[in-house]
Amino acid sequence: MSVRTLPLLFLNLGGEMLYILDQRLRAQNIPGDKARRVLHDIVLTMFNKSFIEELLKPQELYSKKALRTIYDRLAHASIMRLNQASMDKLYDLMTMALKYQVLLCPRPKDVLLVTYNHLDAIKGLIHDNPPLLHLVDETFRQLIEVYGCLSAGEFQLIRQTLLTFFQDLHIRVSIFLKDKVQNSNGRFVLPVTGPVPWGTEVPGLIRMFNSKGEEVRRVKFPHGGNYVIAPKEGSFEVYGDRVLKLGTNMYSVNRPMETHTSGTSKNLASQTQQSIAPNPLAKEELNFLARLMGGMEITKPSGSEPGFRLNLFTTDEEEEQAALTRPEELSHEVVNIQATQDQQRNQELARIMGEFDVKDQPRWSASKGDDLLAMMDEL
Amino acid sequence: MFRRERSIPLRGSAAALGNNLSVLHLPVCNLTHFAVVHGPSAQLLSVAPEGVPLAQRQLHAKEGPGVSSPLITQVHWCVLPFRVLLVLTSHRGIQMYESDGSVMVYWHALDSRDASPDSAQAVFARGIASCGHFICVGMWSGRVLVFDIPLKGPNIVLSEELAAHPASVTDIASQPAQEPDCIADVVTADDSGLLCVWWSGPEFKLLTRIPGFGVPCNSVQLWKGIVAAGYGNGQVRLYEANTGALHVQINAHARAVCALDLAPGVDKLLSAAEDTFVHIWKLSKSTESGCTEVEHCQGECVPDTQLCGARFCDPSGSSFAVTGYDLTEILRFSSA
Repeated sequence: MSVRTLPLLFLNLGGEMLYILDQRLRAQNIPGDKARRVLHDIVLTMFNKSFIEELLKPQELYSKKALRTIYDRLAHASIMRLNQASMDKLYDLMTMALKYQVLLCPRPKDVLLVTYNHLDAIKGLIHDNPPLLHLVDETFRQLIEVYGCLSAGEFQLIRQTLLTFFQDLHIRVSIFLKDKVQNSNGRFVLPVTGPVPWGTEVPGLIRMFNSKGEEVRRVKFPHGGNYVIAPKEGSFEVYGDRVLKLGTNMYSVNRPMETHTSGTSKNLASQTQQSIAPNPLAKEELNFLARLMGGMEITKPSGSEPGFRLNLFTTDEEEEQAALTRPEELSHEVVNIQATQDQQRNQELARIMGEFDVKDQPRWSASKGDDLLAMMDEL
Repeated sequence: MFRRERSIPLRGSAAALGNNLSVLHLPVCNLTHFAVVHGPSAQLLSVAPEGVPLAQRQLHAKEGPGVSSPLITQVHWCVLPFRVLLVLTSHRGIQMYESDGSVMVYWHALDSRDASPDSAQAVFARGIASCGHFICVGMWSGRVLVFDIPLKGPNIVLSEELAAHPASVTDIASQPAQEPDCIADVVTADDSGLLCVWWSGPEFKLLTRIPGFGVPCNSVQLWKGIVAAGYGNGQVRLYEANTGALHVQINAHARAVCALDLAPGVDKLLSAAEDTFVHIWKLSKSTESGCTEVEHCQGECVPDTQLCGARFCDPSGSSFAVTGYDLTEILRFSSA
């Protein structure tokens, strides 16, 4: 569909990831300097100049597997480690949050405001780091340049592309259930009240004209909703009032973070078809990952700073339990590197991946789909 | 008054596309066919009265060069005077099948080299309508391909390419019946909201252009010389096809209109939008003033569902069906 979707998908998911990690780091009482280190390292990796440049090139959206691999790398860009179950949960929360935001955007163009809300919040997280702030602002300016002149029709296509990416995902998220923005069947609530999108009139009026263009009659009709006119338009500049709340941080320290994956996907046909079909595109995806992650510079921790493990669950037992009971159709497999025959490319990828490998770290449990890094070590 | 009837279950949920439902009514065997796009596949269903599903078939977009599985943009039955073809448009090309989807009779590949090398544009076909012995299909570039369809067999020929749209085509509609004072019989719409009204003579001729001021027109219908258009800002507008004069403006929906359909026999128009609502309108022409009038008949809310397709199920307009994003069923309403 639209070839301008990837940057918005990546930055918004990345933003949600930072909100969640920030909350968990505080909930788990990780020392301030360590927490700060993790968040800053992730932001530094996310906004790396050549990485963003690669991201902004017009391209199709790649598979969920490929995208999930990027976030695995990103989450491990610093001294923090996550077990498979926690990483799965993190990704579930990220994707459902963005699905909600895209679905509820009043206008397709408002997806940009959602993105800017994420970027504003990210700047808040790193406000004491001027070089990093500058990096994020650079990305901001590039986004404005790319998306500032897109038409309403192109934004409509972008939104449809995003919705296609999130199709059939119905994981229930506690914070959404509590706030009554999600139903118990996993569907989001679409309100029929509130302000109409900027540029839309409040429904309920029929105006009829004669051949001279003069209005001859106007009739009201019962629309069924309860809408009001939009008060003002959000700002699309680097600084400004976005007006829209979607994309701002909904996690404060005490808000629940549970997800419910059992009984989620009643309709397994489309899901299983995707996971058992042979993947002839693995090579293309690997090229994409190599290009993208070739630009990703991972900072290595200094010897004196030991790593730590973050848990997205309240206890270790809960985390173990979640890993055992995760439904098959929701397994997020990492890209299988064995699909490619190209030796040279493997070596190139090995070199790039080698730069990510953080020394002296304990091996965490491998996922069902083979861990990309583990594969590279064995080549 | 319409009330909810039994839904028809789908194998795969409906995709968030415009005009994502096509219906073929077969009075002879009292069956109705439905077609819905899921993503890389489309589902065809054959349904008995009372909504009992009898048979189903899945069609896929033909693969071609490119990274991911190609996505289907639209599926639509084209009823020609002498045959019915099922047309499927995707990011790779145009596929035409016999009406039950059993045999592909024609494949037209999109030439991605038509897009400029550093193009930031996605390549796809979208917008399907039949007119006489032609089938018109729209393109991402704004061009409209006109195919000449033979009485039977696969000898389909691309006869013309119309170039009048600056933006991607969204929908195409044709006049259901010959209209005395109106030679216009095809209307094409695009992402910029522009409507082009054509006469489908031996060669297509552009009659009128109706600008849309940047708001995409997602769905379009032709009724008795009047163009009905649904827009991204929730408006439904009616224009005179010959002159482009605005006759009616309805602030119909709070979100983008995704589908319009017409029941010509009873002068009814159906509009569905992403705001969860579907509305039925009665159209009429005042004989003295020549003005077009619209009356709201009924509105239905499908809670928490962003609608993506809507069709009357038969020419009498006594029943209609809707589809919604992420929904694994076709919802039916009937006034019988």
